[in-house]
Amino acid sequence: MTEKIKDNQVSRRKVLKASAAGTAFGVAPMFFHRNAHAYTNAPKGGSVTLGFNVPQTGPYANEGADELRAYELAVEHLNGGGDGGLLNTFSSKALKGNGILGKKVEYVTGDTQTKSDAARASAKSMIEKDGAVMITGGSSSGVAIAVQGLCQEAGVIFMAGLTHSNDTTGKDKKANGFRHFFNGYMSGAALAPVLEKMYGGDRVAYHLTADYTWGWTQEESIAAATEAKGWKTVEKVRTPLASTDFSSYIAPVLNSGADVLVLNHYGGNMVNSLTNAVEFGLRDKVVNGKNFEIVVPLYSRLMAQGAGTNVKGIFGSTNWHWSLQDEGSKAFVKSFGTKYGFPPSQAAHTTYVQTLLYADACERAGTFEPCMVAAALEGFDFDGLGNGPTHYRADDHQCFKDVLVVKGKDNPTTDFDLLEVVEVTPREQVEYPADHPMFAGGDLGSCNNGA
Amino acid sequence: MDAVLLQILNGLDKGSAYALIALGLTLIFGTLGVVNFAHGALFMIGAFCAVTLNKVFALSSVAIDPVKTDFLGNPLKVKTPYLEKWFGDFGSLLMDWSVPLAILVSIPVMLLIGFVMERGLIRHFYKRPHADQILVTFGLAIVLQEIVKAFYGANPIQTPAPAAFVGTLDIGVMLGFAQNAISYPYWRLVYFCFACLVIFCVFAFLQFTTFGMVVRAGMADRETVGLLGININKKFTIMFGLAACVAGMAGVMYTPINSPNYHMGMDFLVLSFVVVVVGGMGSLPGAVLAGFLLGILESFASMNEVKQFFESIYLPSIDQVIIYLVAVIVLLVRPRGLMGRKGVMEE
Repeated sequence: MTEKIKDNQVSRRKVLKASAAGTAFGVAPMFFHRNAHAYTNAPKGGSVTLGFNVPQTGPYANEGADELRAYELAVEHLNGGGDGGLLNTFSSKALKGNGILGKKVEYVTGDTQTKSDAARASAKSMIEKDGAVMITGGSSSGVAIAVQGLCQEAGVIFMAGLTHSNDTTGKDKKANGFRHFFNGYMSGAALAPVLEKMYGGDRVAYHLTADYTWGWTQEESIAAATEAKGWKTVEKVRTPLASTDFSSYIAPVLNSGADVLVLNHYGGNMVNSLTNAVEFGLRDKVVNGKNFEIVVPLYSRLMAQGAGTNVKGIFGSTNWHWSLQDEGSKAFVKSFGTKYGFPPSQAAHTTYVQTLLYADACERAGTFEPCMVAAALEGFDFDGLGNGPTHYRADDHQCFKDVLVVKGKDNPTTDFDLLEVVEVTPREQVEYPADHPMFAGGDLGSCNNGA
Repeated sequence: MDAVLLQILNGLDKGSAYALIALGLTLIFGTLGVVNFAHGALFMIGAFCAVTLNKVFALSSVAIDPVKTDFLGNPLKVKTPYLEKWFGDFGSLLMDWSVPLAILVSIPVMLLIGFVMERGLIRHFYKRPHADQILVTFGLAIVLQEIVKAFYGANPIQTPAPAAFVGTLDIGVMLGFAQNAISYPYWRLVYFCFACLVIFCVFAFLQFTTFGMVVRAGMADRETVGLLGININKKFTIMFGLAACVAGMAGVMYTPINSPNYHMGMDFLVLSFVVVVVGGMGSLPGAVLAGFLLGILESFASMNEVKQFFESIYLPSIDQVIIYLVAVIVLLVRPRGLMGRKGVMEE
């Protein structure tokens, strides 16, 4: 009987085991199949592909080249090569230098040409043809917004590069897009108090603005911040992005009653407009009993090199500068400088950091699934990447950190030593509510994993 | 009134560059019948002659400063230009005057480039349709600018004017206006005078020399000149070199106005073609007149009052379209352009 019962029990167990095994056997392929194609470009095999979409031709090609150098350095560090760079100083210790989730990091590159349509085409190709699981890069807000929209539709994460328009994380924000770089509002909030301190509170400003999304939002931000300090804005003039000679826009400034010229220009526009303004002797003029001043709200070291001696004494803001002395910045400058022979630009820094942040989020989420990676990035607090304690806000996917106010150096010692950090504006001073009017009108929407 | 005068000066200045480029384009079209889309690239190469000379003059010896450090904490390498080291103040003066001196370098360089372009490529497209000529010269322009980018990068490179020409001239005081009402940069005035001089020299060359007479005859009737036993092709090759030279010199002198970058030729090319079309294809005086005229119009269109007026009549961004608007009107009303020959572009 015992024997029989035992046999019976065994038999039942066997049946149960067999059923479970059968179910598992039958369902498993479906499960794995579903997992394998549950989101866009789920990595197969031992590697994962990232897409670096930077301007390799066009007016921002030098910035694109620096971004690409930083991406290559990030990949090297993620795969355990080099000196590890910021992996050593990053507050999160999820990255081990063995790729991402044990998969070797590989990459493909695309050329945005600083044109929205070309940038979308190259991103699309990297997603559809090369199987990129994440797209990052760009040196223009128009491009960033266009590619961010594409990534949202395609179901991949977009880690924005150099984009400063309020709209990127404002009216055009997307659930799949994340920005580490600062924005126009932050520039205004950081710069205005310094400008008031240096030039007084009763100034009259004249804005020359590049006629596209970035220029508009920066103009709005700087005008609002300086007007809050007592400045008046006498004129806001939009200039075509394709302009090369700004003399006809600068000549009217002389007789406008303005004593400050704000150049909401970037790249070649900035170099040319600043050169023209200095050429017309604006900086030697005395208007309203005060020395005429020029302000360049968004500075870049690469641009400063183009403008040469014209940047001396001119104030602006920047996301990061190689002369910072925190451990993260020093580690990055050492890694980059040793490999390439010159210090990195702010574009290189933000793209390197974005790559590490994405990789870290994948490790913490335990998957490449975009929505789980996005969830890991949302609300993430970190440090050790060169900007002090930083917060990735969940509401709009904008990073909040300290902002640098810089000034063109009077006596540079090298070709790279062009800007000096005047003030590190604390994060609290540049923060704003997610529903701030300058960022209104958009909807983050919900994350799309492409399933 | 002072604002209007300032914009006229700006227009003349912009027009100088348009006129010089358009002059070269017209010379090539008038003599060889080729629509040369690589002409903007020649302007850019001229500018980079100035950049190159500037860089050559700035070649430096390197010494280690034991006190200062570089960005990696290594001893700082201090550069001293050889010219300053060897020739002292004279060396510094040469470096300061690198842009005007670059004119001397650009003339043989541009002549050579012009000859090579014409003999090596353009001549094979004389009898091909204009569409083929445009495609091949546009392709050449892209190749040339990519070569320049590979050597010099994409960033603009500052190439300053000599210190003697830095600053502004108070023209307003001379005309009875208040002080500083009309101040204009010295170098832009130099550029305008230089453009006038070059234009005068080209016209004088064509008008008062035997060579010029043959070329003009060839422009009017190539076959008849050839039947007279004159090797008109050789003369036209020289004209191509001359046109390249004019574009190159215009580029050299333009460098202190806008820091040169590899794309600057393309920025001017389309506008210069519009200038040629408005002036009249093949008409040298037309190209010059249209260059200055459109430069002035463009300057006025960028005044805020003018922009606001046009916005009020639903024509926004008039500063961006004014030249094309004028071109459309001219082509509709007078297809041969302001000073074009009868029959050209009218069929």
